[in-house]
Amino acid sequence: MRKTIRFVLNGRDTAISTDDRRALLWVLRTELGLTGSKFGCGEGLCGACTVLVNRKAVRSCRLPVAEVEGARVVTIEGLVENGVLHPLQTAFMEHDALQCGFCTPGMIISAYSLLLENPRPTREQIIIHMDANLCRCGAHARIVQAIQAAAERMAEGPRP
Amino acid sequence: MTSHHDELLPFFDLEPPTEVSRRRFLHLFGGGIVVVVSARDLLALEQGPPRLSLARELPADFNAFLRIGEDGRVTGFTGKIEMGQGVVTSLAQTLADELEVPLESVDMTMGDTDLCPWDMGTFGSMTTRFFGPPLRAAAAEAREVLIDLAADRLELPRERLAARAGRIVDTTDPTHGLSYAELAKGQAIGRRLGRKVALEPVADFEVVGRPVLRRDAEVKVTGRAQYAGDLRRDGMLYARLLRPPAHGATLREVDVAGVAGVEGATVVREGDLIAVLHPTPDGAEQGLARVRATWDSPSSELDQDSIFDHLVKVAPAGETVAEGGDLAAGRAAASAAARHTYHDGYRAHAAIETHTAVAAFEDDRLTIWASTQTPYPLRAEAAQALGLPEDAVRVVPPFVGGGFGGKTANRQAIEAARLARLTGRAVQVAWTRAEEFFYDTFRPAAVVTIDAGVTPAGRIAYWDYLVYFAGDRGADQFYDVPHHRTMAAPAGWRGGPGTHPFATGAWRAPGNNTNTFARESHIDILAAMAGLDPVEFRLRNLSDAKMRGVLQAAAERFSWRPAKAPSGRGQGIACGIDAGTFVALAAEVEVDRVSGRVRVRRLVCSQNMGLVINPAGAVIQMEGCLTMGMGYALAEELRFSGGEVLDRNFDTYEIPRFSWLPAIETVIVDAPNDPPQGGGEPAIIVVGAAIANAVFDAVGARVLRMPLTPARVKAALATT
Repeated sequence: MRKTIRFVLNGRDTAISTDDRRALLWVLRTELGLTGSKFGCGEGLCGACTVLVNRKAVRSCRLPVAEVEGARVVTIEGLVENGVLHPLQTAFMEHDALQCGFCTPGMIISAYSLLLENPRPTREQIIIHMDANLCRCGAHARIVQAIQAAAERMAEGPRP
Repeated sequence: MTSHHDELLPFFDLEPPTEVSRRRFLHLFGGGIVVVVSARDLLALEQGPPRLSLARELPADFNAFLRIGEDGRVTGFTGKIEMGQGVVTSLAQTLADELEVPLESVDMTMGDTDLCPWDMGTFGSMTTRFFGPPLRAAAAEAREVLIDLAADRLELPRERLAARAGRIVDTTDPTHGLSYAELAKGQAIGRRLGRKVALEPVADFEVVGRPVLRRDAEVKVTGRAQYAGDLRRDGMLYARLLRPPAHGATLREVDVAGVAGVEGATVVREGDLIAVLHPTPDGAEQGLARVRATWDSPSSELDQDSIFDHLVKVAPAGETVAEGGDLAAGRAAASAAARHTYHDGYRAHAAIETHTAVAAFEDDRLTIWASTQTPYPLRAEAAQALGLPEDAVRVVPPFVGGGFGGKTANRQAIEAARLARLTGRAVQVAWTRAEEFFYDTFRPAAVVTIDAGVTPAGRIAYWDYLVYFAGDRGADQFYDVPHHRTMAAPAGWRGGPGTHPFATGAWRAPGNNTNTFARESHIDILAAMAGLDPVEFRLRNLSDAKMRGVLQAAAERFSWRPAKAPSGRGQGIACGIDAGTFVALAAEVEVDRVSGRVRVRRLVCSQNMGLVINPAGAVIQMEGCLTMGMGYALAEELRFSGGEVLDRNFDTYEIPRFSWLPAIETVIVDAPNDPPQGGGEPAIIVVGAAIANAVFDAVGARVLRMPLTPARVKAALATT
């Protein structure tokens, strides 16, 4: 059904009038012009479309846009604040935790949700949390290192 | 001022030097200094003959060029593309070094068919090997032109001049000099590289050989990197296409009336192409769901188990790839022998980005932005499909979300181009995951039979090898075997019609994964028969210094403890050659005897790849190969029934995950004076065999078919 959905997207009040059964991913990528979240499988199996809804990692390819009414949504585009990269983003760069980069936005957002609920995860906890995010280039080992490094940096204090 | 641009004229079919040709030059290249390299020069620069199979693939006009712009910036133009392998960084490094400029002042323009010279495609770990040396030579030539210009302007002998940090300076007074920008301004100088140029000695490199972070990292971590599916054109429509349920199925009836119920959806039909278009991707999907179609599917008994007998049956007579000695004499000399047949199933490329393209006609020219490894072949294919001259088609590859060989096939781009013409609009085609699993060009299933024996002294007495449909890449063995024969049926991995139930194609190190799995498994079987440790057995039968070097390096870093297998410890070794690179891998596994599940604990890989341009990038490629390789070794295998592909998403087709992650260590065996070799593929070839050998060492179960699924490990355990 066509409805106006209001939510906070990357810190900004957003309203979109659309069929509210549509997947959030397509609304983000098409009408809202945010193409950082990727389509990889369409069934929530790969994690390339992962976004944060009220601080939880959600597969946007499976989430009807109706469900973000009133919610706070963060996509990869929303992690940069005032031009400053998030520690996870710099850690992914410094640890070469990416190759083709297609799964990277989903990886970073999934990792972000982990650090929000558990600021100092163990390696085992990182692996369990990230297990449903797929990477075909084989950057896994470096992604784990990057998340550990970002957690350490964030523990040292808020970003400048 | 001397003008050199006439050297380029015949090369580009231009008129003699006139104002017209000067304008044409500026149009083609912009101003500044341009150096062009052709295939013949490239081959002349190669040290030693290229590998035979590569020589067959090399086109006559493999070109590259380099420009020093009027702003002093250096731009390398290459038909190669960046798909995660990091060449956008390593090629820029090469140019920066040779031209003595900081890496920041080098740009790479990649794969745009309007701007870059022709190229056959990005695959075969050839970018650095074959493109690196000529690009370096082009840069060296450009440096010489700059020195010529500076000698004129400064009225100094060229011997007193040298390139330093983006300037040509007087070596007796380095503050005196001219920047590249000052020198290139107002120039239209073209050089064709037709002779050997003095390359900088490797020891003088400041950038090459030192780790550098990838240049595309920031746009990728911020979501700004644009892949084909991220491009938007005015009025662009998204298309979803009607697909058959099985390969070989024909359309009996179709009813598209229901599509009218989806607001904004339109249907386009041209022959076999039936598409629903909509201003949103999910709108097109909804429309397609309302298309009713019935199909006739051919019946076929083939599936992932029966395919192997079929392949052997339809195979052509084998061609001899290598032979020596006398097999009968070898058999007579052997005290023990083993004959086995190895099987390997179909694999999907399964890049996380599905095949995607946007096509649009603008000013009577067709532009295709496509996730492709082969922009130039795509241009030719699109021109042919649409009946256009090639110069009316431009292919622009944005970032490519993983290729692994799969994006050398460009069906989606042709679909987008046809739809763009039919609708007069820009059209995006982005395959679903099910389409990706259906139209992928799968790594072919293959069969290898090996008959080999050992002497009482632990030497390989003879080796009789026959591979079906994996081709000869990696089939030629490198051990010291007096009596041997290697045959391939066919010689390449491509099967004719009736061979495979769907399209097959190159998959990271094509054929070599299968061949190395079979060869190195069999070597281990011989080692066990000889009562020798697998590393010791290999060294005893190897005189090749490079291979001994990587084997010993891997064993040493692994802390390999010699023992006859099975030792119960779960350690395995394998080695091989791909893309000119020598590689060895030691693996440690745990096997659950009840479930048959294999867990890889540790992988230690050593590699000799000649001069390493970007060591950080090379290590990343090795890690990527090892991680990806665990998938084909342990889980990945396409299931199908006739032409129907049963795996449609990642729930049933399992690729490696974080929880599989072993400890990974890499060793690069230093060889800075050897030419650079391929790095994007070699380390993947040894993963299957190293794991299979480690499984045997752990529990005594020899699995002859990849992947080593729990069921197959259990079945092999039952026969021990």
